Amino acid sequence: MAEIRNYTMNFGPQHPAAHGVLRLVLELDGEVVRRADPHIGLLHRATEKLAENKTYLQSVPYMDRLDYVSMMVNEHAYVMAIEKLLQIEVPVRAQYIRVMFDEITRILNHLLWIGAHALDVGAMTMFLYAFREREDLMDCYEAVSGARLHAAYYRPGGVYRDLPDTMPRYQSSAIHSDKQTQQRNQNREGSLLDFIEDFTERFPTYVDEYETLLTDNRIWKQRLVDVGVVSPERAKALGFTGPMLRGSGVEWDLRKKQPYEVYDQVDFDIPVGVNGDCYDRYLVRMEEFRQSNRIIKQCVDWLRKNPGPVIIDNHKVAPPSRINMKQNMEEMIHHFKLFSEGFHVPPGEAYVGVEHPKGEFGIYLVSNGANKPYRLKIRAPGFAHLAALDEMSRGHMIADVVAIIGTQDIVFGEIDR
Amino acid sequence: MNNNKIEYLTERLEKILADRLVSLHRLFDELTIVVQANHVHSVSEILRDHQDLGFDTLIDLCGMDYLTYGDETNALGQSDGRRFAVVYHLLSVDLNQRLRMKVFAQDSELPVVDSVTDIWPVANWFEREAFDLFGIVFAGHSDLRRILTDYGFVGNPFRKDFPISGYVEMRYDEDQKRVVYQPVSIEPREITPLVIREQNYGDSHAD
Repeated sequence: MAEIRNYTMNFGPQHPAAHGVLRLVLELDGEVVRRADPHIGLLHRATEKLAENKTYLQSVPYMDRLDYVSMMVNEHAYVMAIEKLLQIEVPVRAQYIRVMFDEITRILNHLLWIGAHALDVGAMTMFLYAFREREDLMDCYEAVSGARLHAAYYRPGGVYRDLPDTMPRYQSSAIHSDKQTQQRNQNREGSLLDFIEDFTERFPTYVDEYETLLTDNRIWKQRLVDVGVVSPERAKALGFTGPMLRGSGVEWDLRKKQPYEVYDQVDFDIPVGVNGDCYDRYLVRMEEFRQSNRIIKQCVDWLRKNPGPVIIDNHKVAPPSRINMKQNMEEMIHHFKLFSEGFHVPPGEAYVGVEHPKGEFGIYLVSNGANKPYRLKIRAPGFAHLAALDEMSRGHMIADVVAIIGTQDIVFGEIDR
Repeated sequence: MNNNKIEYLTERLEKILADRLVSLHRLFDELTIVVQANHVHSVSEILRDHQDLGFDTLIDLCGMDYLTYGDETNALGQSDGRRFAVVYHLLSVDLNQRLRMKVFAQDSELPVVDSVTDIWPVANWFEREAFDLFGIVFAGHSDLRRILTDYGFVGNPFRKDFPISGYVEMRYDEDQKRVVYQPVSIEPREITPLVIREQNYGDSHAD
């Protein structure tokens, strides 16, 4: 009998389904995966080390660049860790703004996930649909922070500034006539909150559209059902969090179980899977679209009725207003010291975990009393998920590996840090 | 976690771990236990399996280098001149509680801590990361390779005595038609100096 040997194959780092820079060394027996060895670190920037050499405020933009599809949630964990060490209380309005943008970010993240996941599996249209909605949400980012992706909007003590009264608008060009432009600007006449509310009215229909395309789609189900099954016990042992854990049937969501900010004030449900396969995780995330939409609606309602400060007025931590800074010596000194030396954080250690769209995103911050962190550890959910790729893909076909990478919602910015 | 829960957990930990517990700290409603390096494995097993503790998930594992920490009375757990520590963040999904476990490696030249991969499989990559970045060796780990740094990297970049700009830089050499490594050509610079204020400086925390 002929000797049969396993075949080793490189997958990535340039493969379109590798979601960035994943290099997978696959050991194959025919088309069946016997072992998957992910090689990561191709996007390693040593964020944690860089943060040790920057003041606390200077590291906020680094957080955007970790998971670059859910920017504000990363910032959220970081600023909450600082706030915990400083023992400061954030104004309620800022908390609502943060919760609202966390949920906008969750939708942004899941939109990219559904687009990329479906594209990997072969459904091209989803990608185009998802990016249509992402455009609207990134306009919200732009309105509030000036940047469409890397916002640096959350600051220790609150958020950088209050929600704007106007939305950025399209301008007519050679391609779009005045009439067309007017039509495109229709929902941009009011404030940011009006725009977001309009979006939340439209969004459930969009999710229905996605579901029409995918949920009962024969090919989609053939590719996802019973692929990458993880039992609840195994999911916990493998350090799964977020939709990966909930897909396996464990009812665990930090927003409910260990509520932070004003998550205990808003009404929403946690979807949970049954079988722990890729299809259940898909269903969980689809339902999260609707739940996030619900939370955003409640936040919009609250924010309309309750004006107030959005950042604390402790000028040892948060900068004074521009007007005061120009007129008042004391405030000017505060401003200067804050942006040159930065604030000092009392010695201690704090761990803060937030319910990131991908799972539990944690920041472990150690301070020795200086103006820079002594150690910053970023707990990326994707890191633990990708580590389980080997176990999840064993015995599956190569094509299923692609589906599993898709269901894990891998983004290399956070895994490689 | 609320106050009652923390007090109950503190009391249980003190009773169950008894003399294996070096110290227990509470800060911002987070519990930290310090454990001796040779007890890590047995304590981890208890933490996972005891019904009152039930820490079924290892959320995070990371290395620490206390070389330049300064006044160590401020740190949670006395390093006593030991440089490296491993910090475990544990979560119990069933009981909804968290715990931080800190372990100082006895030898600062060759820090060794027992691996917990057989207790929490997720520790596999986290331990590889701590090995890669800090040079902490995990005894009993089946596949202790570098994970984040480049193939063939030398040194442990997250140690406090490793410069932020590193030692070597990489470029493509036109003559040799390949990528070459050479000593770094950039000068290290510090834009914002590190400042630690003495206690109660300007009474900034009084208000």
